[in-house]
Amino acid sequence: MGISSLFKKKSLTEQPPTLGVNELFAEERPQYEEGYDKEKDVIIRMVGKKSDKAYQTRGIEDVGAKNNWKGWLYLAPVIILVAVFLIYPLVNTIFIAFTSNYKYASGEFDGLTLTNFTYILGLTASSTGAVEKDFVNYALPNTFLVVIITVPVSTMLSLLIAVALNSIKWFQKILQTIFFLPYVTNTIAVGMVFSVIFDKSGVINFLFGTETTWIYGADRWTAMVPLMLYIVWGSIPFKILVLLSGLQGIDKQYYQAAQIDAAPKSKVLFKITVPLLSPQILYLLITSFIGAWKEYTAVVGLFNGPGTLGKSSTDKNMLTVVYYVYDNLQTNTSSAAAAAVLLFVIILVFTALQFWASKKRVHY
Amino acid sequence: MENQNTAPVMAKQTYIDFKNVKVNDDIVLSLEEAGKTVDAIKRAEKVSHIIMTIFTYIFILALALVVVFPFYWMIITSLKQNDEIRAAQQTFFPTIVMWSNYTHVFQVFDFVTYMKNTVVVAIFSTIGTLLTTILAAFAFARLRFKGKESVFAIFLMTMMIPGEMMVITNYITVASFGWVGENQTLMDAYLAMIVPFWISVFYIYLLRQNFKQIPNELYLAAKVDGKSDWSYLWKVMVPLASPTLISITILKFMGTWNSYVWPNLVTSKSEYRLISNGLRGSAFVDIDMGITFYGYQTAATMLVTVPLFLLFIFFRKYIMKGVGRAGIKG
Repeated sequence: MGISSLFKKKSLTEQPPTLGVNELFAEERPQYEEGYDKEKDVIIRMVGKKSDKAYQTRGIEDVGAKNNWKGWLYLAPVIILVAVFLIYPLVNTIFIAFTSNYKYASGEFDGLTLTNFTYILGLTASSTGAVEKDFVNYALPNTFLVVIITVPVSTMLSLLIAVALNSIKWFQKILQTIFFLPYVTNTIAVGMVFSVIFDKSGVINFLFGTETTWIYGADRWTAMVPLMLYIVWGSIPFKILVLLSGLQGIDKQYYQAAQIDAAPKSKVLFKITVPLLSPQILYLLITSFIGAWKEYTAVVGLFNGPGTLGKSSTDKNMLTVVYYVYDNLQTNTSSAAAAAVLLFVIILVFTALQFWASKKRVHY
Repeated sequence: MENQNTAPVMAKQTYIDFKNVKVNDDIVLSLEEAGKTVDAIKRAEKVSHIIMTIFTYIFILALALVVVFPFYWMIITSLKQNDEIRAAQQTFFPTIVMWSNYTHVFQVFDFVTYMKNTVVVAIFSTIGTLLTTILAAFAFARLRFKGKESVFAIFLMTMMIPGEMMVITNYITVASFGWVGENQTLMDAYLAMIVPFWISVFYIYLLRQNFKQIPNELYLAAKVDGKSDWSYLWKVMVPLASPTLISITILKFMGTWNSYVWPNLVTSKSEYRLISNGLRGSAFVDIDMGITFYGYQTAATMLVTVPLFLLFIFFRKYIMKGVGRAGIKG
């Protein structure tokens, strides 16, 4: 109350005089107006209408209105870095996507064109007559499959685990730490371990009595299984962490009310827990959705190359969109840029859609 | 009701079925628990609770096993003989513990060089990031100047751009700085791997939120004592925000440890690369037979994984807190 009550004087003087102590000393108080007080070097902001009985002040907001240049000085290093490594690349990459035969070493190109996009989509041939099939046949469908399978599966699994973890008493902390472990790993390193586990003479085939080729030389759709499993395995720790902290923030009264009404467990989950967790779930859906569209390191870790035959594979059947970008970065910069722009647009559109769709669904 | 109506007619006595009270044709009140004693109901509830708990534990433990299994398999595979790894009969514990796998890996896989590169890059990119982040967060949280809000909005918008879009042009940029190319020195490689990562808009946002929570009164008190903005920032704000700064440091370290694409792209020699590149590029393959020595390979992955685990054990609190708020690796 201390400081802010000081500023309430104006409205008080307008009221009919009473014999309160405050009113007796009201005259002696300094007259504050909204704005900058030179004497005290403070900014005063009034919140609310002046006609209100006692409009509140937000107190002292800040000093240093005169130090206009100082803020920019503090920001200077960041602004330079953002301009050079974030804003310029965005503009320039979009530009490269519309140039033909951009050479990254010299920066030369043969004029502007729209064919990069049609080329990677396999609609037009390049100037040398080559037709690009990898992007449409592999990169795009593979990534799409990863997105529509791993995002819902890992989110639902994490929700179940988080709810279960939240409901138990013994070993809760230890189990919580165990489920966090996949986060503190090197994606490449554990990917290599997964490729050992899924080896033809590995433990998965041994346990299930199968002789499937999962990794090296595998069929594309079979190889998707270890890839998806690995991505889900790697993405649940973060989701569980977020959902658990969300669960712990839910007011216990909701559950007590449900208990009095003898609501069944499933109803409690879907009518109380999930709606109250919806902000967290939305956040996770959007972030993991974007993450899944950018999948790359899991493929490198598992397959050591763009295809199931490793680095040397000519059949790039495990390509993802980002893999395609990196694969073509030096050899065909214009196509790589076009693919990156396409990825950017896809992520933007889907994120906007997700926001729009869940606007009414999310219970905040 | 019914009972009262029919009561006078003694001959036609009706009983109310208390389990299913019929109000009218549409509504039937059903009391499942009617006829049971309170004790029985309590007992039934207890039994169902116990069953529920058992199922929850089975579910959780089974999944925990799946989560831990790759780590277990990594440890035991790194200690197995190659024949045992490829045998039809898989073993869940090495018959002969092969510590020699590790000594072999240390000879073939240049762990020390990669480790040194990774630590150097991690330290310098972290210091740079912390400096820029602290300065920017202070300006956004404390200072007043024209255009602050719009600059902040632009910063936030850049978070939506996927990093992959940046890679193409950033590669061209660092090449034009002379850091990438034929005559690349180790210093050039370090600069190319460090400087572009001196900026993290998300950490600026995170630290700004933290700075904003520090009460204004402290700033005013410092002003009364004649402190400048600069010394207030370093003497008051930075120490108060140290948990967030520690989280940022650890996450940044983990990010460097995991970075693969960029170092792979901007380095010309394998001895300039970082630990992930070294690991994936390491060849434990018998060229004549065309088979991979999984024992050696897994021992190498252990060497890459263990330091991260040690970091996790010592800084568990900061990592889990930082991840909960930041939600990104690196």
